[in-house]
Amino acid sequence: MTIKTAINLRRLSQVVFFLIFFWLILKTNFEVNFRPDNPSEIILPYPVSIALQFSPLTALATLLANGTLFKGLIWALVILIPTIFLGRFFCGWICPLGSLNHWLSEIKSERLSRRGLKLIESNRYKKYQRIKYYLFLFLIAAALAGTLQIGLFDPLSLLARSLGTAVLPAIHAAADTSLGWVKSWGFTPLGNAAQAGYDLLAPLFLTFRPMHFHTIMTIGFFFLIILLLNRVFTRFWCRGICPLGAMLGIFSRYAIFGLQKDAASCDKCQKCVAHCQGADGPEVGEVWRQSECVLCLNCQGACPQGSLKFKFFPNHEKSEMNPAPTSRVDITRRKTITSLAGGLALYPLFRAGDGFNINPRPGLIRPPGAVEEEIFLERCIRCGQCMRVCPNNALHPTLAQAGLEGLWSPVMIPRLGYCEPTCTLCGQVCPTGAILELTLTEKVGDKTTPPNRVGTAFIDRGRCLPWAMGRPCIVCEEWCPTSPKAVYLVEETMYDRNGGAVTLKRPYIDPEFCTGCGACEYACPVIDQPAVYVTSIGESRSRENQILLEKK
Amino acid sequence: MHRREFLKKTGKALVLAAASGATGFYFHDRHAEIYHPTQVRKPSFGVPPDITLPGVTLARNENHDLALNASLEAIGGIKRFVRPGERVTIKPNIGWDRTPAQGANTDPELVAAMVRLCLAAGAAEVIVTDISCNDPRRCFLRSGIRDAAEKAGARVILPVDDDHINIDLGGKVLTDWPVLKYFVETDRFINMPIVKHHSLTSCTVGLKNLYGIIGGRRNQLHQSIDQSIVDLAAFCVPTLTVIDATRVLMRGGPQGGSPGDVELHHTVICATDPVAADARAAEFLHLPPDRVSHIVRAQKSGLGKLDYRAAGYKVING
Repeated sequence: MTIKTAINLRRLSQVVFFLIFFWLILKTNFEVNFRPDNPSEIILPYPVSIALQFSPLTALATLLANGTLFKGLIWALVILIPTIFLGRFFCGWICPLGSLNHWLSEIKSERLSRRGLKLIESNRYKKYQRIKYYLFLFLIAAALAGTLQIGLFDPLSLLARSLGTAVLPAIHAAADTSLGWVKSWGFTPLGNAAQAGYDLLAPLFLTFRPMHFHTIMTIGFFFLIILLLNRVFTRFWCRGICPLGAMLGIFSRYAIFGLQKDAASCDKCQKCVAHCQGADGPEVGEVWRQSECVLCLNCQGACPQGSLKFKFFPNHEKSEMNPAPTSRVDITRRKTITSLAGGLALYPLFRAGDGFNINPRPGLIRPPGAVEEEIFLERCIRCGQCMRVCPNNALHPTLAQAGLEGLWSPVMIPRLGYCEPTCTLCGQVCPTGAILELTLTEKVGDKTTPPNRVGTAFIDRGRCLPWAMGRPCIVCEEWCPTSPKAVYLVEETMYDRNGGAVTLKRPYIDPEFCTGCGACEYACPVIDQPAVYVTSIGESRSRENQILLEKK
Repeated sequence: MHRREFLKKTGKALVLAAASGATGFYFHDRHAEIYHPTQVRKPSFGVPPDITLPGVTLARNENHDLALNASLEAIGGIKRFVRPGERVTIKPNIGWDRTPAQGANTDPELVAAMVRLCLAAGAAEVIVTDISCNDPRRCFLRSGIRDAAEKAGARVILPVDDDHINIDLGGKVLTDWPVLKYFVETDRFINMPIVKHHSLTSCTVGLKNLYGIIGGRRNQLHQSIDQSIVDLAAFCVPTLTVIDATRVLMRGGPQGGSPGDVELHHTVICATDPVAADARAAEFLHLPPDRVSHIVRAQKSGLGKLDYRAAGYKVING
């Protein structure tokens, strides 16, 4: 196999894995053309979160935080074990975020710093590339202590979250806006053509209804900045920040595959550096760093003299002209200790604040099946799969509801969407067991099983139409899905402004039957600040956050 | 500066200035009012009255197909209501994510039977749709209607926002509302409700089922529920009302949930008089029709007869 073929294979691999990842995110969706054999249990036809379970970083961090390796996270070994022998092939060949960074870095730039000698200079190993190791150590120590923050940076979680809760909803909005715009011109054939195009693409890329996410801007900007940095430094994220890259770099310490340099034939043209993705020092005369190399093979392909060769058991000839490669990670002991200590300190720092254990947050309504908050924060990687799959757009990434510790973790906002009683999709897609997979019976309950509760509804009598305004309503009772209904009505008399008696049905809530699904809040006609609203108290997952002494 | 250059540059500047000025004045809008286009279109689906035929027919049969056929034959047969080449929209109640046994949605087999009848009568297209309360994907799926109606040859449509058109309904409380276009842009409209308890209107049958043709903030209608039902009924008079009283949801309506709240009656009612239809159906819930305020108000507005016997009532026992 020539090096050109190998590089083309790498390109093909990048495209294929990116498309698989993207397709899985698209399929994280309750589709309209969906025909389960048994309509009482709606199961997604594909294991849509499987790609996230291939991340060794997620696997290691959740293992450290929880003591067990959940569900499909065992797949991470498929990446980790070959890495031990080969090096960071995942970064260069598979990682969809890495590929995206790669492609964006490759587009020609008008910046002087992206051309010629300056580009070569920027592709030399830099100190900023150590950041990823310290970040990795910090996050791993935090996970060990009991707060899982790796999901913010794990490239697979990051990409899934960004695509699912920012990019795809934005594409949907753009498609709808453009279609409306073209149609507004009033030229029917063009409008019909646009509609036909839309109808063709919609089943592929768009959800049944457009989704709106609470914190789309923060997630979108984080992602956009990562993408834009590629225009300044080649694969800045992969070189400098990615903690998964750092982990794989550390695990390639004993790799048996590597770059062999032949100093004698090298004519110092530096083409290898100009094309280097990892800034790992491929040129003769530099130290080649195994832990930085993503095995893109560009250097070997660019070398006109054939001086560079990737092979098993490379033969490193040391000379003054050609220093030995290193598989050591370029970090210092003191900074390592500082990073680990910082990570360990994060947990007590969070616990010292008024977190969930001290100050239960009324608005923090977690998805049905979510484990108790303490453990939830040890498991949730904020991949956003539950939010993307939620058919009612009820789940949103938090900004402040769960504190800084729970940034972008899922929260239900019933005003925007309620929890569909017979739906268990969020638990089905959760890759790390932060949301447990419920059966339909566990979700809605039956004679022997209590239903899963996410909170309890309350009536704001100052805003409720029959309570405050003497007008009939009962929409909350109509929408209440439990049987018997948690919202019940009592006929009562009030007096209007002229002293006339008005008889009305007024809603009351029986917390014994309320599951906190939020259908009442969603349907309430007082739309800006609903007169019936759900707070987290009474949630099944919590021992403390309860009102009633006894529950059925 | 040369003269030529001076003229050229000044000329270009003048053209740009004139274009800017013209654009500004052309688009100038002193009032800055917002214009919402609304269509006024009262659909007409009814068939001419025939005094030789009853206005309400009721058939009881454990075989629901036979019950439907019998009551339909007695009111003139499908050919009276659907002509060859026509487009028919059937509106079952597909409001909730419930199974047929829970009695919150119209029976899927009855809907399928109706679809087959319409197609056999030569309908060019039979559309089955409804604006559900819960996620339509689930409602259509779990109610069994999607599957059954599609198998019977209907075009089942899960409505999305784009399918609505703003129409002036011309009612007392309902004026400008989004209406699902399939209920307007059609030749025949068959209303297929199920009989259910409702805690505000005491019962929901055919008249209340028309809530499902409109979108928007439907949850505000409850503040004047009788009048809004009447407004809708006056806007849209169905070709035929086919009431599914095979199952009747006695309590916990309109959503139900417990099969224990459902009574089996194996009955199908067909009616050309939508008020008489509801009046008869209310009796399944042990409600005297004159105690159901929206039925009373609908009669007062001249939409039909509360006394269903006066509308011509025929019972066929199978």
